[in-house]
Amino acid sequence: MKKNNAVLLSTPYLLWMAAFTLIPLGVVCYYALTDPATGAFSLRNLRDLGMYLPVLWQSIVYSLAAAAICLVLGYPVAYYIAQCGQTAQKLLYMLVMLPMCMSFLLRTLAWVGLLQDTGIINTLLGKLGIGPLRLIRTPGAVILGMVYNYLPYMILPLYSIIVKIDRRLIEAAEDLGCNGVQVFGRVILPLSVPGILSGLTMVFVPSVSTFYISQKLGGTDTVLIGDVIERQFKQGNNPNLGAALSLVLMVLVFVCTGIMNRFGGDSEEGGVIV
Amino acid sequence: MKKAICLFLALCLTFGCAAMLSGCGSSKDTTTLYVYNWGQYISEGDDGSLDVIAAFEEAYPNIKVQYSTYDSNEIMYSKLSNGGITVDVIIPSDYMVGRMRQEGMLMELNFDNIPNYQYIDESYKNTSYDPENKYSVPYTWGTVGIIYNTKYVDEADVTGWELLWNEKYAGKILMFDNSRDAFGIAEYLLGYDVNTTDEAELKACADKLAQQKPVVQQYVMDQIFDAMENEEAWIAPYYAGDYLTMVEENPDLAFYQPQEQGFNIFIDALCIPTCCQEKEAAELFINFLCDPEICAANLDSLGYSVPMTEAKQYLDPEQAKNPIAYPSEETLRNATSFNYLPEETSRYMESLFMEVRNG
Repeated sequence: MKKNNAVLLSTPYLLWMAAFTLIPLGVVCYYALTDPATGAFSLRNLRDLGMYLPVLWQSIVYSLAAAAICLVLGYPVAYYIAQCGQTAQKLLYMLVMLPMCMSFLLRTLAWVGLLQDTGIINTLLGKLGIGPLRLIRTPGAVILGMVYNYLPYMILPLYSIIVKIDRRLIEAAEDLGCNGVQVFGRVILPLSVPGILSGLTMVFVPSVSTFYISQKLGGTDTVLIGDVIERQFKQGNNPNLGAALSLVLMVLVFVCTGIMNRFGGDSEEGGVIV
Repeated sequence: MKKAICLFLALCLTFGCAAMLSGCGSSKDTTTLYVYNWGQYISEGDDGSLDVIAAFEEAYPNIKVQYSTYDSNEIMYSKLSNGGITVDVIIPSDYMVGRMRQEGMLMELNFDNIPNYQYIDESYKNTSYDPENKYSVPYTWGTVGIIYNTKYVDEADVTGWELLWNEKYAGKILMFDNSRDAFGIAEYLLGYDVNTTDEAELKACADKLAQQKPVVQQYVMDQIFDAMENEEAWIAPYYAGDYLTMVEENPDLAFYQPQEQGFNIFIDALCIPTCCQEKEAAELFINFLCDPEICAANLDSLGYSVPMTEAKQYLDPEQAKNPIAYPSEETLRNATSFNYLPEETSRYMESLFMEVRNG
């Protein structure tokens, strides 16, 4: 009886999943394996993918860099928040979330206004007699955009793991003669690995598929795989190649999550946020 | 106190229902017309200009216009050919009208509903893209040239299309983000026919465009307005009408048509795609835009050129005399228009352009 109820209650979501995840996935596969002109079965799209390997590689490198920088910047913040009192924690948590309440497109566009040659930073530098510096349309600007937009996705899972670390373990380590560095290296860091892994995944996955950030902050040579996919659908009128590229990206994301999960191993506390 | 709140809530409910009912009532005899146009391509009432859509809705109170925009012919074509949408009026350029006509994506117009078609000048009729004048009504025409900022660009460098390849201005040059206009420039520069279907020539154009990539700041369409006006970029190829809009914001901008190498002259035309649901309302809309007074007021603020002599009397006299909007025969002697290309050529050009952009 109880089991039946559970099935009944989960039906709406299962239907939703079928209609908006599984069926579209099938459509993507169908398009990826058909010829754009004739609609017949063809492996041509998959063969054409070789050309886009450099772009794919570039996307992976940028996203890994962004994820690593987010970890370096985010870990101390998450650690600090976890050490604060209850009220301060809530306040700081909210402050981390706050930028996500505003449209990500607008926030990226604001960076254009800051970084461009005639932008705020270069105008100020010009008044001091420096520059104009080439800030925008560089790989650095694209990575900056990724770090800026996805940093909360690193901090929040890290925080949710660090805050749960049992204080008694730290005290025990101290009692047994560990100094501060050893406590961190041998107790706190290993215990926060699930948070680190889920933070890395949550930054890497949206970064590797982004297209808006690279279009606004990147130059003509900082093309990411997301840009290529968007362009195939929007102006290239070749949804078939776009679908094939999406499939590759999807496989890549699955592989990455798989690797992360493997490293995360048997931790029962996955630091996943809502 | 409680009673007052109850009364208030009851009133809210009543009015709410009444509003809903009246809403339902009126929607019955209102038709919604979906107009899909280029960005910045209809007068919207800024700076005291005419708000064309509002004027149309006033003239035909039972038609409500749903207006949306696209950046290039190719984006509009992709969207319509993918299907699943309703669009009643579109404004493609000449070569795209030809392509859509050949592919059966356009409806024949009923000219009984478009009496203002009589005002269109003969020189804009019987074109190669619509030889029997069945599918399209000219909206505007214009030319493509290079916009540059006289503050930064040395006049001696302004010789022809090669300015867009000049390394001296690397990072300050913008380029068209649509295949046909971009390939057109390469074709003029290399001396090929702009309607070539020769794959080797197209490949050479793609190589030329790939060579240009390191000096290009961005591939843009309507983002050009901001970039040129605030001097983030100094050189860009674009449409003459839009130059006239930009120069009002930044008087240092100048416009140049490479007359020896040749440049594009285009007609953008009003069409009804086969996914149209409200053909009669669409024809009323087309007719409205062809009213000489409306046409003049609309294009006065857009800067594009009017395709009817009848409308010229209503134009701002300075605009009517402007040699950029209305170039002389002499200027236009090497201007050519883009024709319809066979589907394989269109696809090939598009894939080459994607390679240039993604490579």
